[in-house]
Amino acid sequence: MKPAPFDYSAPRSLEEALALLAEHGADAKVLAGGQSLLPLLHRRRLRPRLLVDLNRVSALQYIRADRDGIALGALARQSEAERSDLVYEIAPLIYEVLPRLGDVGIRNRGTLAGNLVYSDWGAQPAAVVVALAAGVRVAGPRGEREVSAAEFLRGWRLVSLEPDELVTEIRIPAPAPRTGHAWVDVADRHGDLPVVGAAAVVTLDPAGSCAAARLVFSGVAGAPFDAAGTSDLLGGGRPAPELFAAAGEQAAADADPVSDGRASAAYRRRLVRVLGARALARAAARAEEVLA
Amino acid sequence: MIATVIVNGRLHERDVEPRLTLADFLRDELGLYGTHVGCEEGACGACTVLLDGRSARSCLLFAVQADGAAVTTVEGLAPAPGALHPLQLAFRAHHGLQCGFCTPGFLLAAYELLRETRDVTDEQARGALSGILCRCTGYNGIVDAVRAADRAWER
Repeated sequence: MKPAPFDYSAPRSLEEALALLAEHGADAKVLAGGQSLLPLLHRRRLRPRLLVDLNRVSALQYIRADRDGIALGALARQSEAERSDLVYEIAPLIYEVLPRLGDVGIRNRGTLAGNLVYSDWGAQPAAVVVALAAGVRVAGPRGEREVSAAEFLRGWRLVSLEPDELVTEIRIPAPAPRTGHAWVDVADRHGDLPVVGAAAVVTLDPAGSCAAARLVFSGVAGAPFDAAGTSDLLGGGRPAPELFAAAGEQAAADADPVSDGRASAAYRRRLVRVLGARALARAAARAEEVLA
Repeated sequence: MIATVIVNGRLHERDVEPRLTLADFLRDELGLYGTHVGCEEGACGACTVLLDGRSARSCLLFAVQADGAAVTTVEGLAPAPGALHPLQLAFRAHHGLQCGFCTPGFLLAAYELLRETRDVTDEQARGALSGILCRCTGYNGIVDAVRAADRAWER
């Protein structure tokens, strides 16, 4: 399985890369980590005429703090994020799912941005960035724009990205005080895409009641499934198993899971209910640790 | 396109098509057949090499991407002809291989792990090696070998 022939360019600046994309549009494909792209090239599912290799654009290689939280450049490797104190402190959900992605060799090359662009519907990072209310910065011939992660991730390998655009940055806002995060999933093996995964973020008020919550699932549908009623349901309530179980029930009722060779819709719905409750409970417990 | 790559400390310059993977470059251009091609889609890990010191799947890299970089293959582990690296000795002593197809991948992944970690626990070893598939051994011999090398390798 070898790729169809292509031309190759390795620009050193973002401007150069954008100029190439402006000129070639859909005939070009951007190469960053390559962990999703190369299998597609090898199988000839994609046959770009030009490969634009971003790996020498040092301006995209960063993980840094800013006023609102943290920003990861498009070429920040997953393994760098895994070792980053900033990611650990500001985006613990990302820190929690990274070791579950493939293995070390994949994470040494793979990028968070690329994982989102090629987002398989089981994939953890997509659900996590929606739960974190992350922003995705995109650049192209028509300028720069920022979209929310939820707007960016529209479906199975369907993102808000034109052929002549590329992702430059993922931005993660700093969490509110007294916030806990948790990821829970079911997967066949370590490193596999989970069947269903739940990302929970719970914020407590100073008295220890739930002030806000977010619950987002992978593996339910093409795009991450945001159980939007969770925050209202939890709001003002004391953290308790019954409360989280109710939130799990509500999420399961609101979910519209698919059936496929991996799992039936009924099983996925059950996982939404159980993993949703579990993730919320764990996130609340972690928020309570922060409170203490 | 010209790719100039340092492999196991030696400089090689070749004119290659951009679509030539690093795995095929190492094997077919340089005659280094220790890097094995299993799945060509990044799932099996048999093609693992070190790129500028970090493990990577050579089937998911093009040779031209390694232009100017240093690559270590399994052939680069042995310290001298006729000698074996402590990792290789441990794999032999602890039944860490049978057919040997996955072994280069495991050796380089273990090399990376042991360079960064000491007193490796069972969990750490399994976590670090989880992405490389073995159809023969059942993995326990591999884990034993890696932990034995952790103790034996002075580094």
